[in-house]
Amino acid sequence: MDARGLADQLRPLLGDDAIITDHQRLRTYECDGLTHHKVTPALVVLAETTAHVAAVVRACAAAGVPFVARGSGTGLSGGALPHADGVLIVMSRMREILEIDRANQRAVVEPGVINLQLTRAAQPQGYYYAPDPSSQQICSIGGNVAENSGGAHCLKYGFTTNHVTGLELVTPAGEVVQIGGKAVDAPGYDLLGAIVGSEGTLGIATKVTVRLTRTPEAVRTLLSAFPHTDQAGAAVSAIIGAGVIPAAIEMMDALAIEAAEAAVHCGYPGGAGAVLIVELDGPAAEVAHQFDEVEGFCRDNGAFEIRIAADDVERALFWKGRKSAFAAVGRISPDYIVQDGVIPRTALPEVLRRIAAISDEAGVRVANVFHAGDGNLHPLVLFDAAVPGESHRAEQVSGAIVDLCIEYGGSITGEHGVGSDKAKYMPRMFSDDDLDTMQLVRCAFDPSSISNPGKIFPTPRLCGEVPGRHKGAHPLADAGLAEVF
Amino acid sequence: MGDVIMEELGAATKGHAVGATEADAVDSMPTHWVAQPDSTEQTAAVMRVAANHDLAVVVRGSGTKLTWGARPHRVDLVLDTTRMNAVVEHAAGDLIVVVGAGQRLDDLQAALSGPGQWLGVDPARRGTIGGLVATAATGPTRHLHGPVRDLLIGVTFVRADGVVARSGGKVVKNVAGYDVGKLLTGSFGTLGVITQAAFRLHPLPQARRWVSVPITHPDGIPTLVQQVVHSQLVPTAVELDRPATGGATLCLLLEGFPPGVESRTAEALDLMGTGATAGDDAPGWWGAEPVADGEVLLKLTHEIAGLAHLLTALDDVCAATGLPAHVRGSVGVGAVTVGLAGVADAQALARWVTSLRERASSFGGTVVVLETPGDFKADLDVWGPVGGLPLMRAVKRQFDPENRLAPGRFVGGI
Repeated sequence: MDARGLADQLRPLLGDDAIITDHQRLRTYECDGLTHHKVTPALVVLAETTAHVAAVVRACAAAGVPFVARGSGTGLSGGALPHADGVLIVMSRMREILEIDRANQRAVVEPGVINLQLTRAAQPQGYYYAPDPSSQQICSIGGNVAENSGGAHCLKYGFTTNHVTGLELVTPAGEVVQIGGKAVDAPGYDLLGAIVGSEGTLGIATKVTVRLTRTPEAVRTLLSAFPHTDQAGAAVSAIIGAGVIPAAIEMMDALAIEAAEAAVHCGYPGGAGAVLIVELDGPAAEVAHQFDEVEGFCRDNGAFEIRIAADDVERALFWKGRKSAFAAVGRISPDYIVQDGVIPRTALPEVLRRIAAISDEAGVRVANVFHAGDGNLHPLVLFDAAVPGESHRAEQVSGAIVDLCIEYGGSITGEHGVGSDKAKYMPRMFSDDDLDTMQLVRCAFDPSSISNPGKIFPTPRLCGEVPGRHKGAHPLADAGLAEVF
Repeated sequence: MGDVIMEELGAATKGHAVGATEADAVDSMPTHWVAQPDSTEQTAAVMRVAANHDLAVVVRGSGTKLTWGARPHRVDLVLDTTRMNAVVEHAAGDLIVVVGAGQRLDDLQAALSGPGQWLGVDPARRGTIGGLVATAATGPTRHLHGPVRDLLIGVTFVRADGVVARSGGKVVKNVAGYDVGKLLTGSFGTLGVITQAAFRLHPLPQARRWVSVPITHPDGIPTLVQQVVHSQLVPTAVELDRPATGGATLCLLLEGFPPGVESRTAEALDLMGTGATAGDDAPGWWGAEPVADGEVLLKLTHEIAGLAHLLTALDDVCAATGLPAHVRGSVGVGAVTVGLAGVADAQALARWVTSLRERASSFGGTVVVLETPGDFKADLDVWGPVGGLPLMRAVKRQFDPENRLAPGRFVGGI
């Protein structure tokens, strides 16, 4: 049976309005945040319960039909790109916050819950959900789990994987499995560690238990303008070198500032070659001391203007320019590619100079916005698709930047994920054996490769069952308490 | 046959393979050979020999935690990692280190302290880095810095079939591919042989203070722990020490810049109430296991607010069995160790463990037996019930289909 054929089978279970087969409506789901990759799914189902998800997955498994889970569709690597012959399972109707458990510093949520909603729900009790991708107003927790999303504040607080303690997972065979919970260190393999960030290829999370973080006593933010990115980079090195771990350190170069000004009028200091936003949080006494130090490091390294946010409104203004940067480049360029490479932080000045050289040589403008604290670059490669040859040149510049990140011992993606977009770059970072080994995990969870196939890995691995030889029984196996394979 | 294997192991390690002695037994399971590869490549060669001759392999660092977990039901070869003890790269400016699996944690910390950094783990047993990762051993500072899996950013390992693989890298932020390093963390050597690991580091704090308070009333412990975890103190560690008899102590570690630590210490003293004291040194029991020779060591987890139920359950079970339990550990995280004294035999231990596991849902955690004297583990499921076991078995089947790596040591007989 093909994916369309499943519609009739699923309709009685999920209800008519949860099954979409109309071509026009299917097209609504043809892409995620990576809008130039488009595939119309064969069938869309809107799941409302774990039982729905399990039923759909079981039907897919029985029919050998691939499925792709989708949250809010904000991903930037095409992780939720549909499969043309597959079912797209939309999770956004599962959006209930099931529990805010302050005493245990946990929340239990359905995967469609919006990241920022969770923080808002926890705030009255003095808590928040720490991972804060720039899309936090619309992205879902389920999507965050799939992509192991980070955000500006992950320098200090870590990524999604550091904040998930339990999952209810619908496996690619359609079984509902509980992994972890509110307590830490469940015995056995760290399946959570494998699943978070697996980009929907190991099953679908239907409930997520996350850590809640205490709202810091104090938050202080400064915006510092430098003549050049080199000086801003040196300031970052001085801050980290002094043992300060800020909640966030963000940098923008002149072109990115220009775009942000055009779009949101953030009013950054004029003539800046680089702007640094540094945010410190924690116990008030600790923050006060460190903040003075940070200000000193910025000044010592050539900052010509330092502004300190007096209140939350000013802080929001500082962040407005930074958080709107991706969309803002739309003001200065018809099209752009967002890169997500990572380099060792200390290589920042050198890598920025080389990006500038690549950009000059190709005649393609590159705006730089990045998480300077952890070396996660977001070069925005600007082009006009209407001009013949420009897309191709931009694609090449983008690829050259990826190579640069690998050359410096970094990564092809820091937080956006591999998805369908960067699968082709994986062999530049990993050997065939590395990729083959990762796919052993895939084979354990999804031997028929129906859960979001075609993502992450450029070449799928066939999952043959390898017969095991058995020797000497364990007493537990003899006693029927355990199995030996 | 034995000679052929010895010869091949010698060739794989350039002469660093020997016949095993009694001292090489793994949890009293005798073995035949010990191989000491000095590189990932040599480790791969050793694993290929093992594959060709169907040898069961147990990986050993300095052997400090080799008796943790179930007893493997077969050991032919001990793969000793201690010659892979180099610091491969310490990029101080990037706060990362890449280190050989056989490097000792103490030696690594000493090397990192020069530039004022450290790997944010402080387990009671300080063996090698490989052992640290394989057992996911943690200590008090996990409260702030997280468990081993949160600090590990990359890993190189050798599969059961001798293939070398890497996952992650040497940058902190990286979502390229599956995080196989997390699967290996706490896998007790049953998925692969870790040869190299990369970690994120933390700056050494400029100031630290321990703030302790004795607690006499049993209800006082969970109440105070709740006050601490919801406070703004941001402690590096929150440790409880509750001996079987006598009062308990709750102790916080505060770290940071001197003026900040000073004011937080004052706040902590205020919060913790009468009898609280601050000091520049850790209490004598800090970070150590609450066991004496001949006692049973267990690891218990609990929901943070399940602490009261855990302590009640422990008291009830101990009263019913007449076995005194000493509790110590990271109650702000929900992971503690227990030392059980006076266990007469395997049956007595099994009764105690079963009774406590029957109460586990009340505190939302698990009961794992790490180490016992004598033969107490033989008839006991040391790991207890495990969620997601079929998936774990599937992972094991993919990574080690011949069941060659520490067979039987892990959960569910894996």
